[in-house]
Amino acid sequence: MEDVLLIDAVERFVNGEMTHQEKIYFEDLRKNNPELDQAVVEQLFFLNELNNFGVTKSFKHSLHEVQNKLANEGFVFSTPVIVKAKLIQMWYKYKKTVAVAASIAGVVSLFIASVVSAVTKKDPTNTTLLVNKVEAVAVKNAQIERKLNKLEANAIAEAKKPMVESKFNGTGFLIDVNNNYIITNAHVAMEAKNQLIVENKKGDQFEAKTVYIDQLRDIAILRIKDKSFKKLSPIPFQIRKSSAFLGEQVYMLGFPKKEIVYGEGYVSARNGHNMDTLFCQLSTTASAGSSGSPVIAKNGDLIGILTSKESNTQGVIYAIKSVNILRAIEEAKKIDDNTSIKITGASVLKGLKREDQIEKMENYVFMIKGN
Amino acid sequence: MNTLEEEKVLLEGLAREDKECIEKIYREHYTMVQSLVTNNNGTSDDAADIFQELMIVLFEKARSANLELHCQLKTYIYAVSRRLWLKKLTQAQRFTQSDVEYMEQVANVEDDVEMHVKRQNDFTMMEIAMNKIGEPCKSLLEAYYIQKKQMQAIAADFGYTNADNAKTQKYKCLVRLKKLFFAQYKNVE
Repeated sequence: MEDVLLIDAVERFVNGEMTHQEKIYFEDLRKNNPELDQAVVEQLFFLNELNNFGVTKSFKHSLHEVQNKLANEGFVFSTPVIVKAKLIQMWYKYKKTVAVAASIAGVVSLFIASVVSAVTKKDPTNTTLLVNKVEAVAVKNAQIERKLNKLEANAIAEAKKPMVESKFNGTGFLIDVNNNYIITNAHVAMEAKNQLIVENKKGDQFEAKTVYIDQLRDIAILRIKDKSFKKLSPIPFQIRKSSAFLGEQVYMLGFPKKEIVYGEGYVSARNGHNMDTLFCQLSTTASAGSSGSPVIAKNGDLIGILTSKESNTQGVIYAIKSVNILRAIEEAKKIDDNTSIKITGASVLKGLKREDQIEKMENYVFMIKGN
Repeated sequence: MNTLEEEKVLLEGLAREDKECIEKIYREHYTMVQSLVTNNNGTSDDAADIFQELMIVLFEKARSANLELHCQLKTYIYAVSRRLWLKKLTQAQRFTQSDVEYMEQVANVEDDVEMHVKRQNDFTMMEIAMNKIGEPCKSLLEAYYIQKKQMQAIAADFGYTNADNAKTQKYKCLVRLKKLFFAQYKNVE
């Protein structure tokens, strides 16, 4: 209770609510009682801190309002920095030199390339692609199971759609909610010879079509054709343009089994197998079916697509760097039907707890299957 | 009005939290800060964060007694942003030698930034304490100390029978908040 009295006194002192006499008495008390004086100083300091807190908080609020307004106008986030002019100037200046240098470099590199390819032996399969091909037995099992499921479903008198006989499964994720474009690995999409199906975490299936394949980058773009697919709220992540940082913590969501599976790890090397710069290396575990899983950094940025693993070593996983998605999309846009692809992500995940990030994220991850 | 006077008016407006002034500063200087960050290993998201922090530094400066910038606003903004970004790079350990060399020193803002970092720490500690204290204490304290409402109005809003009751409750809350706050303070030092 003494504390309360003290606070009261200090507050009235600060606010100038004390009478003249009270004030003299109070100051006298402070002079003669160092302990009291200490408490007063502390209280003054604390009130000042509290006041600063209030002022800063209120300012931050105003700041956010202005920021949102400007973001809506597109002023804050989407002005790419233009440095072209200087480059062009340099180009004109050094055109001839560059031409000569380039031709020399060309000849030399051709020579080196031929020497290198003559000397090194090709090792085509040191990495295993993580697409899950269902074997014949498994297919049978699945058939039986599915029949059972069907009976059950019929019993409940709710046969929705014919289940699709799947010969493989992988993972993919949505990047455009307006046109329903999905990104996965090229080696996953190419397994589908007849039919391509995407399945959400609830098990709802939708027919999809491959609209673009980039075998070099191992990226495929699919589009959900099904009219029954309900539009999702805007993509909660951004695709990072720069490379992931060494040691950066990441997590993945994928479909190595019939339900969505969470995995975590970290970026263990900047490049992939044999220093392949399209990839980065992760330290985590992944199994067949994880191909095409989104790799998300702690701050919610998408940094890659899980693709393959080192065959001989445990825990070494390769992911395509996210910048390649952007490049693939640019390429895909050149095809007439796909000019409307637009990446609409905003970093909603940023700052959220991991569990909350996953809860948001899992709606955008799909199992890719077909036959 | 010459530039210096204009800038002084702008800062005074900032101290009053005038939204037009905030917007004006954004419009005039955001692009510069963005290129500074994006040309030095940062993303446009980083740039937005840095600019926001810069605005808080500027706000603190505008509110403080020595409002003198000793240089043009633009130079000051550049120097502070640079300092803040370097700090962030160092924390994330993502800069290479060359980044630092390319970002030349233009004005002495070291003290202001240090001050800001300290204030920012205090702010976070107070925020943590506020979030720990629970309701109705949090709302009660915010109503009195932040929104500066009168005790009578608070008593009515929170359903206390009279202002004195509300006051006693407020004191109790303040004592608890103080404990939570200083507990962290000691941990830091």
